[in-house]
Amino acid sequence: MSTDLARWQFATTSIYHFLFVPVTIGLSFLVALLQTTWYKNDNPIYKRLTKFFGTLLLINVAIGVVTGLVQEFEFGMNWSAYSREVGNIFGGPLAMEGLLAFFLESTFLGLWIFGWDRLSKKAHLTCIWLVAFATTISAAFIMAANSWMQHPVGYVMNAQHQPVLNNIAALFTSPEFLWSYVHVLLASLVTGSLVMLAVSAWQIRKKRDVDAFRRTATVSTIVLIPALILALFVGSELGVVEGTYQPMKIAAAEAQWNTCNSHCPFSAVQIGGGANDQNPTQILKIPSLLSLLATNHLDGQVKGINQLQAQYVKEYGPGNYVPNVFIQYWSMRVMAYLAAVMLLFSLWGAWLLRKHRLAESKWFLRIAPWAVAAPFLMNTAGWMLAENGRQPWIVQGLMKTVDGVSPNVTSAEIWISLIVFVLIYIVLGAADAFLMIHYGRKELGESSEGSDDGGGTDGPPGDGSVDMHDSESDQSERVPALIY
Amino acid sequence: MHLSTLWFLVDGIFWIGFFILEGFDFGVGMLHSFVAKDETERRIAVNSIGPLWDGNEVWLIVAGAVIFAAFPSWYATMFSTFYLALVVLLVALLVRGVAFEYQRKIDDPRWRSAFTWSLTISSALIPLLVGVAFGDMLHGLPIDKAHNYTGNFFGLLTPYGLWTGVTMLVMCLLMGATYLALKTTGEYHDRMLRLAGTIGWVATVVVWGFVTWTHLGLGKGFIPNPLEVLAVLAVIASAWLANVKSDGWAFASAAVGVVGVVGSLLAELYPRVMVSTTSAAYNLTVANTASPSYTLKVMTVVAVIFFPVVLVYQGWSYHVFRARLSAPRAGGAVPPVNGSKSPAPDSTPGTSTAVGP
Repeated sequence: MSTDLARWQFATTSIYHFLFVPVTIGLSFLVALLQTTWYKNDNPIYKRLTKFFGTLLLINVAIGVVTGLVQEFEFGMNWSAYSREVGNIFGGPLAMEGLLAFFLESTFLGLWIFGWDRLSKKAHLTCIWLVAFATTISAAFIMAANSWMQHPVGYVMNAQHQPVLNNIAALFTSPEFLWSYVHVLLASLVTGSLVMLAVSAWQIRKKRDVDAFRRTATVSTIVLIPALILALFVGSELGVVEGTYQPMKIAAAEAQWNTCNSHCPFSAVQIGGGANDQNPTQILKIPSLLSLLATNHLDGQVKGINQLQAQYVKEYGPGNYVPNVFIQYWSMRVMAYLAAVMLLFSLWGAWLLRKHRLAESKWFLRIAPWAVAAPFLMNTAGWMLAENGRQPWIVQGLMKTVDGVSPNVTSAEIWISLIVFVLIYIVLGAADAFLMIHYGRKELGESSEGSDDGGGTDGPPGDGSVDMHDSESDQSERVPALIY
Repeated sequence: MHLSTLWFLVDGIFWIGFFILEGFDFGVGMLHSFVAKDETERRIAVNSIGPLWDGNEVWLIVAGAVIFAAFPSWYATMFSTFYLALVVLLVALLVRGVAFEYQRKIDDPRWRSAFTWSLTISSALIPLLVGVAFGDMLHGLPIDKAHNYTGNFFGLLTPYGLWTGVTMLVMCLLMGATYLALKTTGEYHDRMLRLAGTIGWVATVVVWGFVTWTHLGLGKGFIPNPLEVLAVLAVIASAWLANVKSDGWAFASAAVGVVGVVGSLLAELYPRVMVSTTSAAYNLTVANTASPSYTLKVMTVVAVIFFPVVLVYQGWSYHVFRARLSAPRAGGAVPPVNGSKSPAPDSTPGTSTAVGP
């Protein structure tokens, strides 16, 4: 009971957290690109665009940061046995993340938000690039920690049969880490650029600053297409890597109950399936594709769930080693199919841009704001595939999830915290969505230097009366209304 | 010195850094809805910490993450013990982080006041709760042989823990008031100094009580330890300096007071990290909770390389935002008609009241 509740809580809070993280990573990079363009060509349009999308970035960062705190606390609160056992390995990357990434991100974000008039153009530009960089190293440490759970490396067992770190470099060089980290970065670029594309399309459809938003539509499409193609490629390589270390995860993702020795077909859709249904109706089988995806060879062997189960029982003792097959099968497909649809969509956008017909294409402009839902679904499905597929292990082959929960925390306590988090996440999520839509639909700010606290970032009417002046600067200075 | 002792010290530095840096922004957060006479003053208060609070909060995150990596068993026991208290703490952290960003985003008095009060209440709850937790860790809690807490939520509300929480809260108020004095000008500045003086005398009593309780309550005899003396003297000095209108030194003394308070608690705790009231044999100690030496060596290398870098750039950001803040003269400050879509009017150059730092 406690284990299920603790899992529900971790799944809920981490999926929620990861709605905001990829936007932060992707959009900080894109905003840095916009500001770099302004720095180079001095065209005020790019400054306005930087501030406009900077506001959207900040609305997201706020929730991304605070929901990350919950994750960091949860390991100790709900998973104290896990933390006690592997903290000497798993805690390391988290501490490094704090020291190397969080300080960098938060300090330079503060400097960027409040530094428009205080810093030189170059120093200010450096700030946003450091923020963007910090988000990527933050992701590196988290992915290193997560990859260690999927494929533990760099440790030895001590006399008490506890895993003990003996090679930190192994955590950052394991194929599981490298492929999954790159995959997450690409997924973040896809998310960030789709957010930018959606907002740009909405603005163009409303005939607002068409010239400016055509530029961001172009930038986002240029980032989106290669990021999507690479994400698909890297994702499939990650599948091969995980097929080696976690064959059960891949077998479950294909609902492959029995071993298939060569040229295994890929089922596009199935009806039924799950733990009690080993022969679901599979529709549209694509020959040899599964072998190719799982092993990189058309005639590769894909092990079946039943055979793996028997093997694990022999290896680890009696127990059920099969993850939820239904979730595996469908999360893999939701992710992959949506990616394919998004690729077609972005190619359509690129074609329209090239023909200079984007502004006239009613359908594209109408669909784009809705397409923004796709990356969030894909990201969520991807994490469900990765984490559900690891079950019943909390650390693959080393420690089971049931053995990781806090022994002294009651179900009632987990219920209380789960309900509290869900409620507050709903409130914060609503505020975030409201603000994103509100500021995404704002008109691009003025370009004149005097009143430039920027597109969408200008405070509410009445703010003018309370703008602060830095008593030190000889020119009066507006503290941007971004934060306050 | 053994590496685990070094890391206990390093972690102590992070906790003290957190209580000083975020301490003053908690103080500002608590005070801003009471001391500001109008919206402008409220905004000055929040803007004085706007660019800095997020970096300050990282000290808390790193302090916690260092415990996770260097003392996994301490982390596991601490976080599962304070379970419901941490839920409240997280809610406060969630709400506070978002309040800074969202408060000004919508021009609606209800929206704004909801976030203003969120900021105020959360700024009070966080130092209070963390303080209670620290007090409890020293005072002792029922912890069994497997290092698991065996009590319930109400068992966490020990009198000494609560007093420690109140001590931290009052120290944050003192730092907040002196910091506001340091960042404002004119009448606002004078008012904050007077407030700091008043809080300073309250803090003197509270800290004196804390130090006495820590010392005598633990049966340490009558000779106080130097950190405890330092805590009391620094707080008295801060109150006095505020009265003689020396804002910078008053703030610095308050910060030294925090070093004394947190330092004396940690000094009493060492070499234990969490005391068990069930049996002294079940105490969590630096030695029995520390990670193996390889992990500590890796962390030492990383910290030696990167911690100084962090200090340099965080220090630089304090340097960039060192100026006092003041309201603009009435000149360019006519609010536009409500509901107008036009951006706020230009600020008039050259009208700011110049007061040197």
